[in-house]
Amino acid sequence: MRDGGERVIRVLVAKPGLDGHDRGAKVIARALRDAGMEVVYTGLHQTPEQVAEAALQEDVQVVALSILSGAHPTLVPRIARLLRENGQGDVLLLLGGIVPEQDVPSMLEAGVSRVFGPGTDTRDIVRYIQERVGDS
Amino acid sequence: MTGAPVLADDVLAGQRRAVSRALTVVERGGPEAEALLQTLLPHTGHAHVVGITGAPGVGKSTLVDGLALAARGQGQTAGIIAVDPSSPFTGGAILGDRIRMQDATMDPGVFMRSLASRGQTGGLSRAAAASLTVLDAAGFDWVLVETVGAGQSEIEIMALAESVMVVLAPGLGDDIQAIKAGILEIADVFVVNKADRPGADTSVRELRAMLRLAAEPPPWTPPILTTVAAERRGLERILEELARHRAFLEETGRRAERRTHQVETLVRQAVWDAVARRLAAAREDPGWARALTAVAAGTRDASGLADQVLRGAGGMADGIH
Ligand code: B12
Ligand SMILES: Nc1nc2c(ncn2[C@@H]2O[C@H](COP(=O)(O)OP(=O)(O)O)[C@@H](O)[C@H]2O)c(=O)[nH]1
Ligand SMILES: [Mg+2]
Repeated sequence: MRDGGERVIRVLVAKPGLDGHDRGAKVIARALRDAGMEVVYTGLHQTPEQVAEAALQEDVQVVALSILSGAHPTLVPRIARLLRENGQGDVLLLLGGIVPEQDVPSMLEAGVSRVFGPGTDTRDIVRYIQERVGDS
Repeated sequence: MTGAPVLADDVLAGQRRAVSRALTVVERGGPEAEALLQTLLPHTGHAHVVGITGAPGVGKSTLVDGLALAARGQGQTAGIIAVDPSSPFTGGAILGDRIRMQDATMDPGVFMRSLASRGQTGGLSRAAAASLTVLDAAGFDWVLVETVGAGQSEIEIMALAESVMVVLAPGLGDDIQAIKAGILEIADVFVVNKADRPGADTSVRELRAMLRLAAEPPPWTPPILTTVAAERRGLERILEELARHRAFLEETGRRAERRTHQVETLVRQAVWDAVARRLAAAREDPGWARALTAVAAGTRDASGLADQVLRGAGGMADGIH
């Protein structure tokens, strides 16, 4: 209830770049909603600036990026940098979609907290988020 | 997130991160929210608060995006609150209004926030009233509130607005019927959107016929405007009519009335919050279970116990043997 008690987890699910694969993002958005989270979904074709601005205006604790196009090496570091510049370096940044194994270390270095690939059980994602931002 | 408290001065200066944090704080409610609102409240009254309501899919978000841009074109700024329903089962929500607000929301003179209804009728209008207060205090010239025109709480939110815009679209069949059930009375401006589609004329005609049914001519007759929000057509006209409506409210003293109503909503919710805190404290009291047993046995009356809860003095089982 709205009495200053528990804090609802707010998540931005974003599809940056020209990538049109939105099934995964929608699956994630629904799974997080069903776990009681408030999910802001911005639709396709977001620029890094749009993602960061949405995160700022919506004051989310989690930014969940879904990228299947292979453009993560350019998009993700820019988004992470913009978040930090906006004073939101503490948001939990997650990445999912098609990210080759050898790219994972550089994504983590850029500020992503974990990468989730195809076949991920959405319950694992829910649990991961709850453990990190639940009750803050 | 957690961290330093939100600085009211930063909100008043329109600092975006502070505005965003402040919205989170007031939406959550509680003592920090009340203190912040109290500081901000004297700095409100500048914004023209407009409620935008109508059935899902009629084009409200697209309209709000266009209206914010049209306002920007006139050198004005706009804050936006878009309310979407929470799932009654899980409490979660998918907030999708931003999808249709991509253009305006990147403008530095526009700030948009999605708000989930979170199930509670009173809670929603409190959160909305508080959010409007923050955006107004932050100095936005327009504050636009989008809700799905459905329940009681949406009507309560609309009552917080100075001007209410009811949006319809042709081809959504039951629309005119739907607005008969309560929303017609609160409309200050009607917008028939999707005028590029067949049937817009019919909607306008039906609306006009309905308005003519009013027993005596009201002091303000809602204009009926047509728009094609997707092509940004007809939006300046809406801003003009809204400004005309505000002038009408001003001249007739109704603007002050609406402000009183908004403040009353904030106070009313502060009362509910305080009651909820007292009740929670009472339920933590070691004597609570015994007090309830006594009520059940008839050795104590419920309203006496309620008075004791409201006093917040504790000692629930005092005097019970
Ligand atoms: C379905 C599909 C399509 C559909 C997309 C429909 C839609 N609206 O989504 C269509 C046919 C349109 C399509 C088109 C194309 N596709 Co395609 N497509 C696929 C396919 C077969 C499945 C993707 C999918 O929907 N999976 C189901 C969802 C639920 O899974 P998911 O997205 O992976 O999400 C899961 C996890 O990754 C994770 N997850 C995903 N996002 C996120 C985000 C967060 C924050 C978290 C925590 C987790 C998470 O959780 C989800 C649940 O487990 C994949 C191959 C594959 N097996 O992945 C190729 C694939 C993605 N496509 C590919 C390509 C090349 C294309 C095209 C360029 C083909 C072309 N030449 O035209 C076009 C581009 C379209 C565009 N505009 O971007 C390549 C991408 C190659 C690359 N990145 O290097 C793939 C990998 C196929 C391949 N092996 O070559 N595609
Ligand atoms: N044809 C047409 N479609 C429109 C117009 N305005 C909005 N739409 C479309 O109607 C759909 C719903 O719009 P949205 O703004 O999300 O409606 P909301 O649910 O009322 O907020 C979207 O696909 C819009 O692109 C319009 O003037 N004409
Ligand atoms: Mg909408």
